[in-house]
Amino acid sequence: MYVLSAIASLATLGLILGWILAVAAKYLKVETNPIVQELEALMPGSQCGQCGYPGCKPAAEALARGEALVTLCPPGGSALAEQFAVLLGISVDLSGFEEPEILIAKVSEATCTGCTRCFKVCPTDAIVGAPKQIHTVVADACIGCRKCVDVCPTECLQMHRPELTLRNWRWHKPSGQPAGAAA
Amino acid sequence: MFSKTLRISSSPHINKGVGVDVIMRNVVYALLPVAAFAVYAFGINALLVILTSLIACVLTEHLLNKFSNRPSTIADGSAVITGLLLGLTLPPIFPLWMTFIGGVLAIALGKFVFGGLGYNAFNPALVGRAILQAAFPVAITTWHPAFLADRFTRVSESVLTFPFAKPVVDGISGATPLSAFKFDQVTTESADLALGLVSGSIGETSSVLIALGGLYLIARKMMNWRIPVAILGSVYVLSGILYWINPEIYPSPEFMLFSGGLMLGAVFMATDMVGSPITSLGVVIYGIFIGLLVVVIRIWGGLPEGVMYAILLGNALSPHIDRLIRPRVYGT
Amino acid sequence: MIALLQSLRIRGGIHVNEHKQATAGLPIDDSFPLPKRLYIPLQQHVGKPAEPVVRVGDTVFKGQLLAHSQGLISAPVHAPSSGTVADIAEYPAPHPSALPIRTVFLDTDGTDTVQSGESATDPFTLEPEEISLRVASAGVVGLGGATFPSAVKLNLGRQNKIHTLLINGGECEPYLTCDDRLMQENAAEIVDGIRIMLHGMETGRAMVGIEDNKPEALKAMRTAANFHPNIEICKIPTRYPMGWDRQLIRYLTGREVPAGGRATDVGVLMHNVATAYAIHQAIRYGRPLIDRVVTVAGGAVANPKNVRVPIGTLISEVLVFCGADKTRTGRWVMGGPMMGEALPFADVPVVKATSGVLALTGSEVKQGEEQPCIRCARCISVCPAGLLPVDMANRIRNNRLEAAVDIGLKDCISCGSCSYVCPSNIPLVHYFKFAAGELAARQQAKHKSEQTSKLIDERNKRMERIEKQKAEELAQARAAKEQSEKADTTI
Repeated sequence: MYVLSAIASLATLGLILGWILAVAAKYLKVETNPIVQELEALMPGSQCGQCGYPGCKPAAEALARGEALVTLCPPGGSALAEQFAVLLGISVDLSGFEEPEILIAKVSEATCTGCTRCFKVCPTDAIVGAPKQIHTVVADACIGCRKCVDVCPTECLQMHRPELTLRNWRWHKPSGQPAGAAA
Repeated sequence: MFSKTLRISSSPHINKGVGVDVIMRNVVYALLPVAAFAVYAFGINALLVILTSLIACVLTEHLLNKFSNRPSTIADGSAVITGLLLGLTLPPIFPLWMTFIGGVLAIALGKFVFGGLGYNAFNPALVGRAILQAAFPVAITTWHPAFLADRFTRVSESVLTFPFAKPVVDGISGATPLSAFKFDQVTTESADLALGLVSGSIGETSSVLIALGGLYLIARKMMNWRIPVAILGSVYVLSGILYWINPEIYPSPEFMLFSGGLMLGAVFMATDMVGSPITSLGVVIYGIFIGLLVVVIRIWGGLPEGVMYAILLGNALSPHIDRLIRPRVYGT
Repeated sequence: MIALLQSLRIRGGIHVNEHKQATAGLPIDDSFPLPKRLYIPLQQHVGKPAEPVVRVGDTVFKGQLLAHSQGLISAPVHAPSSGTVADIAEYPAPHPSALPIRTVFLDTDGTDTVQSGESATDPFTLEPEEISLRVASAGVVGLGGATFPSAVKLNLGRQNKIHTLLINGGECEPYLTCDDRLMQENAAEIVDGIRIMLHGMETGRAMVGIEDNKPEALKAMRTAANFHPNIEICKIPTRYPMGWDRQLIRYLTGREVPAGGRATDVGVLMHNVATAYAIHQAIRYGRPLIDRVVTVAGGAVANPKNVRVPIGTLISEVLVFCGADKTRTGRWVMGGPMMGEALPFADVPVVKATSGVLALTGSEVKQGEEQPCIRCARCISVCPAGLLPVDMANRIRNNRLEAAVDIGLKDCISCGSCSYVCPSNIPLVHYFKFAAGELAARQQAKHKSEQTSKLIDERNKRMERIEKQKAEELAQARAAKEQSEKADTTI
């Protein structure tokens, strides 16, 4: 009898508390903020498609739904991933994250025919030139989306590492974990 | 990123050259007189216990590294210190098989599961000792008088207890000054306490030698002097106040300072760098916290000695101290 | 008692084995043979690079302007000797990367023909602004290592009405003794330079801080400043990094420069002793900054000493002059061993910032393998800026750079004290430098992405406009066609 009353009282308590929680969840629901827009605002906005989504907005939506990882954007790198994580309120372990290498397009002057196809597709107008003239890529404006490489009929556009100068030279990251440290 | 730059390293191009191994080696030097005196006081039994603990710790460290395919870390000397410290906290006739288990668990559960040296939240020796205290409460409180005539010739039966058998306590046993005080209200002369002419754990009896070891490390800047000073100071002040209120029931501050494991704990265990806070103010808070806990446990707790638990709790507190206490940045 | 109170003003810092004995007692060697070719980089200062005014093939005098300064923060570059401009091209810079920098190649003719600039017999009759202008045109930059254009600083001091000019004679870097020797040998000239600076900044008082490990320099400077009661020579304790301007400011004035602020916020400004000497040379004799005293030292150098060398001399030639053994060299360093930069090879030029050239042996460098941190907190107790190097490095290791900035990464001065004392050989400063570079790259990337979205917007608008235009044209064409058709039918 003693045992039964204990079980009964605990079960009742559980039911009541559960009901209160259910009611609270329904009536005290916090409106979700338009996080998609905030996420999209952080993105480069070049619709380059390197993430696998057709543009920055679909990528932001996927992020907000939790379908994509915060590290999805190669041009954004770890800096953007860190910002996404803060916005989404999640913690992210970036210790094993490798910065994606940003490549920029470069015109090989020998084979360029001046067909103008590349600068028509460039989302940032980074390619300058005129019909039948050799085109050039403005390195500072190129975002490495490779759209021009895809349309070039003569394969004269190739992706290269940006030129290393005293201005953009940086110290590399010290090589990782000390000996004997935990994995 | 660029292979050419990898060969060039950043400034500074010189360093002090005092590595982890050098620091650990000096801690061992500071502990050696304490251990030597312990062997002198308790004889061959103490020597066996210390050696067993040492071997258990070093062996465990070596094997765990080997099985997890990590480089050996024996050379850094931290396992030697853990072994020495654990041995010094045990009673002189503690069964060797229990000592061995304590050593293995100290390294395995006190250090290795956390990720090795630098990641252990608690002092490994104290973790080992806490496990032993929980597992073998009788054996670890079976004391033995110091300076017996036959201490260099006779190995105690208790020490040689067959593994997993109950130790046999041979005739003579001695109460520690703290348990004598707690259970029989008998106090011991402070001078005897300081010099270590009393019964107790192997290494905790000679406060003078422990203090000398501490001074050596402080002089070589290998120990943060604030920790022992804060612990001992707060113990002295609090017990002094209590003694002033009622000297009938409370022990004198000198007795509190020199008895039990306080000296050993304050100088060699609470100062474990990994488990203590990183700022100057932080370690003072940490020290005072430990000191107050020691007094509280000793006087109002169920156990005669509370240094071990006080330090372990202090270790648990230190990450929180570090989160709250930060040095002042220049210009702010 | 006062000394005790003052010593409380020092925070953190370390005692380093000084290695100064080898060179501090030897006079500055003026016998360095003029190199056949000099390589003069066009940027040897903070700010914009200088723009060349000479052309390939031009013959130049010693001290002639090679390139003029550009913009507000910049400095000109002068010919260190007479000769012919052989080329203006890219040449490896004295930098850890040894990446190329625009450089004037000067073939010397060996005559050292001088073309003197304007000189003032009495600088104190000149307007303060004129002092700044002349210092600027002489290409004087901060010679303590920062290479900030000195004239800009003089103007800052005048505009902010500072009350005290502080002169840094700390030279706290181990091995280096070039400032020490300069003070011993040219104390009168330095004091004159200080007086000129005071005049140029319209400031009444100067304090010179000299570490107590340089008793000879202290004596010489005290003697030289004897008749100038407004110039106080202060003995400061030897403790690295005492020469960090903010450490010295706190020690000498008792006040801290607010974080993110400037020295002028507490009414002071700091120049180096060598800068004072260069200003004296520029104002009294119209000599631009074309040579400097360089400490050549390190275990691999047979005859360590201070040498006066023309700017643009290859470091390798200076090392050979002092008998450096290439086979014993473990690392070449430009500057001091605590904050100087490692060089991948020694065939790079001496620049205005080159206070020292070190050829360190492998045993001097001794960099052990990195071990796990034992949280000994030594890095925290030595940090002069009051930071938590261990926590910052951990956050950077996990790519949490913003979190590292939150606990003061930007206040780090890269003094190296933390790396020096670390028993686990953790390259703390390397982490901080990596993070600083990475943050700068992110800043650039952010700027670029803003530009990119602007470009994309513009492009989209243009596309729309073109579409609209096309549609309009089409409509017009259609209308015209209809019109003509209508005309056709009416006829």
